Amino acid sequence: MEFLRPTSLAEALEAKSANPDAVPIAGGTDVMVELNFDHRRPAALLDLNRVGELAEWSVTATGTRLGAGVPYTRIIAELGDRLPGLAMASRTVGSPQIRNRGTVGGNLGASSPAGDTHPVLLATDAVVEVASVRGVREIPIGEFYRGVKRNALEPDELITAIHLPEGGGPQQFSKVGTRNAMVIAVCSFGVALHPADNRVGAGIGSAGPTPIRAVDAERFAAEELSWDSPKPLTDAVARRFGELVAAAATPIDDVRGTAAYRRHALSVLARRTLTWAWKDYARCA
Amino acid sequence: MRLNVTVNGEARQADDVWEGESLLYVLRERLGLPGSKNACEQGECGSCTVYLDGTPVCSCLVAAGQAEGCEVRTVEGLAEGDQLDRVQQSFVDAGAVQCGFCTPGLVVAAHDLLKRVPNPSDPEIREALAGNLCRCTGYEKILDAVRLAATR
Ligand SMILES: Cc1cc2nc3c(=O)[nH]c(=O)nc-3n(C[C@H](O)[C@H](O)[C@H](O)COP(=O)(O)OP(=O)(O)OC[C@H]3O[C@@H](n4cnc5c(N)ncnc54)[C@H](O)[C@@H]3O)c2cc1C
Ligand code: FES
Ligand code: FES
Repeated sequence: MEFLRPTSLAEALEAKSANPDAVPIAGGTDVMVELNFDHRRPAALLDLNRVGELAEWSVTATGTRLGAGVPYTRIIAELGDRLPGLAMASRTVGSPQIRNRGTVGGNLGASSPAGDTHPVLLATDAVVEVASVRGVREIPIGEFYRGVKRNALEPDELITAIHLPEGGGPQQFSKVGTRNAMVIAVCSFGVALHPADNRVGAGIGSAGPTPIRAVDAERFAAEELSWDSPKPLTDAVARRFGELVAAAATPIDDVRGTAAYRRHALSVLARRTLTWAWKDYARCA
Repeated sequence: MRLNVTVNGEARQADDVWEGESLLYVLRERLGLPGSKNACEQGECGSCTVYLDGTPVCSCLVAAGQAEGCEVRTVEGLAEGDQLDRVQQSFVDAGAVQCGFCTPGLVVAAHDLLKRVPNPSDPEIREALAGNLCRCTGYEKILDAVRLAATR
C-alpha cells in the first residue's frame, strides 16, 4: 500500500489525479474501521491531514465556507452562532474522540444515509465544493447524494469545502437513537427557516437509501407560516408538516428500527423541531 | 515505511510499518507501549485513547502514517517518574479500577477534561467520558475518581 502525504491542496489534487484509486483519509473515523476489519485494501491512502487549506473556514459574501477537513469539535466551538443547525448535528456525532477527528468532508465522502450532517446540509441549501486538477465544481447538496454510500464525486476529485449560505433564520436538528452518545441515527431530521424568502428547508436522515429532502413539507410550511406577523404555530400545521415529512421518507426495517417506527418518529421530530424553530423566529421577529 | 513520531517526549522510530496499520498497533506492537488497550478497533470503546498533538483521539482510528512527525502522549506519559498523575491516583483511591482494561483510555479522557474544565459538573464529566466504555464498574466509581481528581 502506498501512503501519499501531500502538504498543499495543489499537491493533493495532483496526487488524486495520478492515483484515482487512492482512498482519501481525513479523520479516518470511517476509513480506519474498514482497514482494521479488512473490509477494504486500497492501493493507496491519501492523507489529507497536512493540507492546511482544508482545515480552515471563512466568511464569504454569501455565507460561510467550511473547509472539508474542519473537525466537528471546532465546528461546535467556533461556528455555533453562524451554523447553528450544523453545530447541533455535530454535537450528536459519536463521542468526543470521534468529534476531535471526524469531519464534514468525511461524512460527505462516506455518504451514509445515516450521516448526521446530511439533514442539516439539505435544510440549509449547502453547496459542496469539489476540485480536481481539471478545476472546481460546485454541487448543490440535493445533487450530491447518488445512492447508498454513493455520491457525485469523480475519481480524480476531492471535496474541498462546503458552502453554507447565510441563513438568517433559526435551525434545528434532532436524532433518534438508543443513547445520547455513540449512536448511529435510527432516523434524524434537520429544519431551517429562511425568512429572507419565506422558505423552509427540511432534510431527513437514515430513512431511505440517501438523505432526503422533504419537498412537500417544505412547500406546505412556507405557505402556512405567518412570516410577516408571526403567530404561534397551530397544532394542525405542525402535525400536517410532520405527516408530510414522514410521507417523504422511504425507510426500511433493519436492526436499528422498523420502517413504521422511523416514519412515526420522523413525524414527531419534524413537528417538534419546526415548533422550536418557529418559536425562536417569532421571538426575534 | 519508517515512521518518526515523538512519544511521551521522546523521539521514536518504527521500521517496516505497514501503511494501513493504526497508531494503536504501532504503539503496542512496535514501540513496546501496551498501556493503550485494543478492545474494539472501531472507535467505540475509547480504551485506545491517546493525545495526538494535544487532542484526545482513538489511536485505533489514526493511520500510522498520519502520525508522522506528530507528538503522541499515552497513558504511560502521564506520571512523573513514580509519582502518578492526580487522575491516575484518584482512580486508585476511588476504587475506579476493576479489570483495568478501560482504565488507560478513561484516564487520558479525564486528564483532558480537567485540563480544559478544572471544576467540571456531573453532566460535563459524563459527556467527556461518553466515548469510553467500562464493562465492570458501572461507572459510579469512575465519576467519583474524576470528581476527586478535580479537588487535587
Ligand atoms: C465510533 C464511531 C461513531 C460514529 N458516530 C457517528 C455519528 O454519530 N454520526 C455520524 O454521522 N457519523 C458517525 N461516525 C462516522 C464518522 O465519524 C463520520 O462519518 C465522519 O464524519 C467521518 O469523517 P472523517 O474525517 O473521519 O472521514 P474519513 O474516515 O477520513 O473518510 C470517510 C470517507 O470520506 C472520504 N473523504 C474524506 N475526506 C474527503 C475529502 N476531502 N474529499 C473526498 N473524499 C473524502 C474518504 O475517502 C472515505 O471514503 C462514527 C464513527 C465511529 C468510528
Ligand atoms: S480500540 Fe480504539 S476505540 Fe476501542
Ligand atoms: S474496569 Fe473492567 S472494563 Fe472498566
